[in-house]
Amino acid sequence: MTGGATGASNRPPADRAGLAGPAPTGAPSFSPEQLAEVRRLQGLYPDKRGALLPVLHMAQETFGWISLPTEEYVAGLFELSPAHVHEVVTFYTLFFQQPKGRHVVAVCHNLSCYLAGSRELLEHVKAQLGVEAGETTPDGRITLQSVECLCACEAAPMAQVDDRYELNLTPEKMDRILERLR
Amino acid sequence: MAEKVLMRNFDRNDSHTLAGYRATGGYSAWDTARGIEPAGITEIVKKSNLRGLGGAGFPTGTKWSFIPKNHTGPVYLVINADEGEPGTFKDRYLLERDPHSLIEGMLIAARAIRSAVGFVYIRGEYVQPWRRFSAAVKEAYDAGLLGKGFDIVVHRGAGAYICGEETGLLSSLEGKKGWPKIKPPFPAIKGAFGAPTIVNNVETICCVPPIIARGAEWFAGLGTKTQGGTRMYSVSGRVKKPAVYEESVSITLRQLIERAGGVSGSGRLKAVVPGGGSAAILTATEIDVPMDVDGLKTVGSMIGSAGVIVMDESVSIPEALLVLARFYAHESCGQCTPCRESTGWIYKMVHRIVDGHGKKDDLDTILDVAKRGGGTTICAFYDGAIGPYISYIEKFRSEFEALCR
Repeated sequence: MTGGATGASNRPPADRAGLAGPAPTGAPSFSPEQLAEVRRLQGLYPDKRGALLPVLHMAQETFGWISLPTEEYVAGLFELSPAHVHEVVTFYTLFFQQPKGRHVVAVCHNLSCYLAGSRELLEHVKAQLGVEAGETTPDGRITLQSVECLCACEAAPMAQVDDRYELNLTPEKMDRILERLR
Repeated sequence: MAEKVLMRNFDRNDSHTLAGYRATGGYSAWDTARGIEPAGITEIVKKSNLRGLGGAGFPTGTKWSFIPKNHTGPVYLVINADEGEPGTFKDRYLLERDPHSLIEGMLIAARAIRSAVGFVYIRGEYVQPWRRFSAAVKEAYDAGLLGKGFDIVVHRGAGAYICGEETGLLSSLEGKKGWPKIKPPFPAIKGAFGAPTIVNNVETICCVPPIIARGAEWFAGLGTKTQGGTRMYSVSGRVKKPAVYEESVSITLRQLIERAGGVSGSGRLKAVVPGGGSAAILTATEIDVPMDVDGLKTVGSMIGSAGVIVMDESVSIPEALLVLARFYAHESCGQCTPCRESTGWIYKMVHRIVDGHGKKDDLDTILDVAKRGGGTTICAFYDGAIGPYISYIEKFRSEFEALCR
């Protein structure tokens, strides 16, 4: 803390990466079953580090997103520096470095989807949810993203909604999909 | 319409199951291959003129032969299922609808290169294909096809286009950010985890069982003089029937567009991207070209991943370039300065032009920056980006100029 001289004395110290969002309560940790799965995954690779992406997927499913304490916890499981895990987490788009909504809606904006009206579709979704791409609705229900090619160009425009590909979208079809997300 | 080789099982409801695959003769090619010496398998694949279908078009059998003969340590087979090239969706179909053909192809390829472990790197967004393929791998283990001299590890990526580049993929598989590596050494000498490694695309390996089952001459005869077989063309954009079409690699682009129902929208063709986002764009007068690796070279473009994106007269080429320029700026891994800086700045400049604030000089600046950077980076990503930058502007310059002051 640099104190009142910066005019920001009431703010907590900025974390190392300048990330927003509340810290998770308590230190993250996997269950014994999950730790066994971590060891199984590590054993599949000639160097256990190969299991880093699969274990980070596990961590995100378990803890909701990848916080700095989670990075440190995972680093410990691999005997890696937390900086290495941070470098990996920040490189890939599917790892969230702040809390995400209960659902993620990722509208493809690449060429084939653009040619099929993805720009108008995204504008429609933004208006319906009242958020910009990259933001989460205030009730924590949906995180909206605008993403590069998801490789379902035959059914453009399309979006990934959580695990599912939703194809041949229209604003009306999108509305029905959004309504189902609770 | 060509004979279906890769999509032969797609019409079956149970094509993704072991029972369904076996019902159409599945795994009989593996039975045959088990009786052939490894070098013999590589020779057959060489004679078939199979060329890599992920983008680079390198002869597959030749690639396999690069594994050092006297090597005694582990050798890895890595399957590139990190499909991400804009306009390409064929591997998704293969993973979902015929996962066992990939497993059988891997068994045969692994025998050829003497590999005991194969990794299948599936893009993180492909959750359903990942589940389908993983279920097929489990079936293959339960049936004793895997686990007896060859194992498959299914690996999920986490969202990064650059991991489709083979050395970026290997970095990612090793648990690092997906930074490509300097070649040489090529992966066949020093690849995954430092061991000799062959990286092949999904569709490429799915060609291998039919080649073994029906012979190299048959496969070679399906294509052109320098490339055998059929391939799966992903056709999207302004066509009436966007879909994946399996055709001989000798089909012309004009025929392929007709196959996809012809041009939609205004009905008048303006331009086509013939081989995924990174391929140079072709005008309506350049489509009488065969869609094989060498054919597209004659018109200064590339077949790449065979993702065909059709644009009719109503499409704005500057706006289409803006979409791709944003993509390259976002996906540059940041390792090499010419790529990291140029993709970012060119995106901003194209943005400015499309917004109506461009200057006439901007076009020459973009062309100059794009051309200077070619061949200066570790991987082919930036060379792929400059294909669109240069071709969109040079072939449709008046459209860009009309937007500039």
